[in-house]
Amino acid sequence: MELLDAALVNWSRAQFALTAMYHWIFVPLTLGLAVIMAIMESIYLKTGDEKWKNVAKFWMTLFGINFAIGVATGIIMEFQFGTNWSNYSWFVGDIFGAPLAIEGILAFFMEATFISVMFFGWNKVSKKFHLAATWLTALGATLSALWILIANAWMQYPIGMEFNPDTVRNEMVDFWAVVLSPIAINKFLHTIVSSWVVGALFVVGISGWFLIKKREVDFAIKSLWVGAIFGLVSSVLIIWTGDGSAYHVSQRQPMKLAAMEGLYEGQKNADLLAFAVLNPEKTYNDSIEPYIMSVKVPIPGLLSFLGYRDFEAFVPGIKDIIEGGYETSEGTALSFEERKERGKMAQTALDEYKKAMSIKDTSNALIHKKILRENYAHFGYGYLSKPEDIIPNIPLVFYSFHIMVGLGMYFLALFALLLFMLYRRKMEKAYWLSYAALFTIPLGYVASQVGWIVAEMGRQPWAIQDVLPLQAAISGISVESVKITVFLFAALFTALLIAEVRIMTKQVKKGPETDQP
Amino acid sequence: MTTYIILQHYWWFIISLLGGLLAFLLFVQGGQSMLFSLSKTEDEKRLLVNILGRKWEYTFTTLVTFGGAFFASFPLFYSTSFGGAYWVWMIILFCFIIQAVSFEFQSKPGNTYGKTTYRSFLWINGVLGTFLLGAAIATFFTGSDFSVNKGNITQQLAPVISQWGNNWHGLEALLEPRNWALGLTVLFLARTNALLFLINRLNNKTLEERSHKYLFYNAIPFVIFFLIFVTWILIGKGFAVNAETGEVSLEQFKYFHNLIEMPIIMIVFVVGVILVLTGIIASMISKNFRKGIWFSGAGSILTVCTLLLIAGFNNTAYYPSSTDLQSSLTIFNSSSSEFTLKTMSYVSILIPFVLAYIFYAWRSLEKKRTDIEDINNDHHAY
Repeated sequence: MELLDAALVNWSRAQFALTAMYHWIFVPLTLGLAVIMAIMESIYLKTGDEKWKNVAKFWMTLFGINFAIGVATGIIMEFQFGTNWSNYSWFVGDIFGAPLAIEGILAFFMEATFISVMFFGWNKVSKKFHLAATWLTALGATLSALWILIANAWMQYPIGMEFNPDTVRNEMVDFWAVVLSPIAINKFLHTIVSSWVVGALFVVGISGWFLIKKREVDFAIKSLWVGAIFGLVSSVLIIWTGDGSAYHVSQRQPMKLAAMEGLYEGQKNADLLAFAVLNPEKTYNDSIEPYIMSVKVPIPGLLSFLGYRDFEAFVPGIKDIIEGGYETSEGTALSFEERKERGKMAQTALDEYKKAMSIKDTSNALIHKKILRENYAHFGYGYLSKPEDIIPNIPLVFYSFHIMVGLGMYFLALFALLLFMLYRRKMEKAYWLSYAALFTIPLGYVASQVGWIVAEMGRQPWAIQDVLPLQAAISGISVESVKITVFLFAALFTALLIAEVRIMTKQVKKGPETDQP
Repeated sequence: MTTYIILQHYWWFIISLLGGLLAFLLFVQGGQSMLFSLSKTEDEKRLLVNILGRKWEYTFTTLVTFGGAFFASFPLFYSTSFGGAYWVWMIILFCFIIQAVSFEFQSKPGNTYGKTTYRSFLWINGVLGTFLLGAAIATFFTGSDFSVNKGNITQQLAPVISQWGNNWHGLEALLEPRNWALGLTVLFLARTNALLFLINRLNNKTLEERSHKYLFYNAIPFVIFFLIFVTWILIGKGFAVNAETGEVSLEQFKYFHNLIEMPIIMIVFVVGVILVLTGIIASMISKNFRKGIWFSGAGSILTVCTLLLIAGFNNTAYYPSSTDLQSSLTIFNSSSSEFTLKTMSYVSILIPFVLAYIFYAWRSLEKKRTDIEDINNDHHAY
């Protein structure tokens, strides 16, 4: 039996991060653009104006290019749970596998079927059927996001399951608890509306480029209207879903919240930081100031309110979470050392249970099963050795969070300004705003990526929160094998990305087609 | 039979059915593998690419669903095989990654690497993807080199449950000739079905005639490799499971016994083979017979589905370990819990609905056979 190699865990993480981040370059645009082009085609059907058809078709072409590479980078996401995280696949496959299968059956086929009708059916099916196909493509894409996000939310907040010591895995006992988990619903909504924003930024940015070039002005203004309204609505919804995210993180993943705010010492009436520069020397148990400089949001106790709906609430810091002893809605928080101890008790009880069962000593088996049950909530801590193991990368999570929030606010202002200028019919001449829209396209991607960094890096070291750390989720492969696949993915995906960006650029420059009847 | 056992059988049937559907839909890959031989001129190549390009997503999605359904219903297979036979699955995945962009990108300006590169990607996916999928599935009958010990999870320094027995991580399957036999069977079946599909869909005299000619050269190797594989496994040893103790042992003629002991499966298997042969032979005899793909396609689904059923039903280990027999995976020791299988079964009720809208959409796009003019007039043609 091979011994666990820390390098293997790191390279497997690198591969997952690399492939996920590449995949996530393309998914938000698919989700956002799908709805936008469906809205445009709906307007075409409603007005009968062929110009709207050309508008919709132009964005569909870009959608198709983006969709193909999204599919290419997506297939690995499903299979690498098995290839690189085989322990994980068994330990929680009973719960995690179901959403993936449902995603395939209910969402991917819908997408695959109706995207064909959307692209190849213009002259073959009725206008209404074509519009239905476009909306169903958008629905299929959204549903596929729903199921994978349910799976991801479950990793952050495992619910609706029980550990079965006979099969040595977690088993689902309540499907609806998994599907309707408040974290899952919020995560889905937040991810979807943030993707709509990315799509809207893409549309207004490229439309801005046409205005700068004084080309296809009518097309650009039409696209801007749809993009800006859709973007503004989505940006408002993001504030609502983002607030929900912060609340759920506070309740279920306090360490992630502490990392997002760089909060080492817990406090009542905690303020929210607008921005800060972290002190790189800071560790969790020294008295060094955590920030070199900081700017607070001028509403006292806002962090307490966002996290606990109470301006006076206590928000635990990193040190509190490690040392325990503070009050939570579920009682007094345990320290890291206590949880580690109880995790080890759970693991020992599992071993003893298996031994007892192998010699059919059922009375002893029941005793160990009871100990296992009582301590299972801390099972994953049994793999950890020191308090630092449960602290995520603070600077990465902190800066990612603040960049995300800051950009979100900026996008809201941009969409509002675009709408104002469109309403005043001054957009055509407002080149500065068109430039701003154009240069904001990459920022949409940045916001989306850093959002995922907060979500995923903020929960380290857990594959499944409190239950399974990454080091126990791994496959038994050599680190060299993983290194090779990491470099292969990096090379292949980069090569494909370069091609995709160049194709997109050429298609944009080509502009919309004008196939008047 | 308890509900749990029925559900385990039901889900093995769903997996087998998806495997059958995948085998049929691999005709897209079969067509891709002939991109540089069947089609000579640029117009012919475009026609071929566009006809196949309207179907590639079905194959791709079926593969993804096959994986997802396997994960949900038999997670120990997912963890053991994917995490162990790492390299085989990784190469298969790379073959499909490069396919996914190649239709869309090949004719677009700015695609950076040129049309031939993307078509070469399609060719690689067509040849290697089908062959390796076949070889990987053959290990369901021939065995692999792994061990499973769930107790490892509490070993702090070595917690991995499923361990592969060698450093080749799946590539060693290529040392086994029976795996080659099924790999080549799947490759030539995909090519044969592709030719029958083209005969059905094309409106191009040259390509149609060439497809008829190529049919002979692909159907014969398909039949030969299929016979070699099936004969070899039916007369060879199989991985039997003792129903009482769960002990796995080698049994001569196990898969043949499975066919005899499950007569309905045997009948469906024979019907499947006859349908495939009917599709091929009828298309060879009559140049005007264009429905060969429906016979051969349905036959492929039935044959592959029943082959997978005899690998898992009737107390058989469907993913055997040839080096540690007792680690072999059966539909009982590797499945999800009864609750999960039941939940998934409710979802599976929607499968006919999914098939219905696929059929409807397919029909509405395929009202007449395609020629190069259709492609030239298509706004979104590849």
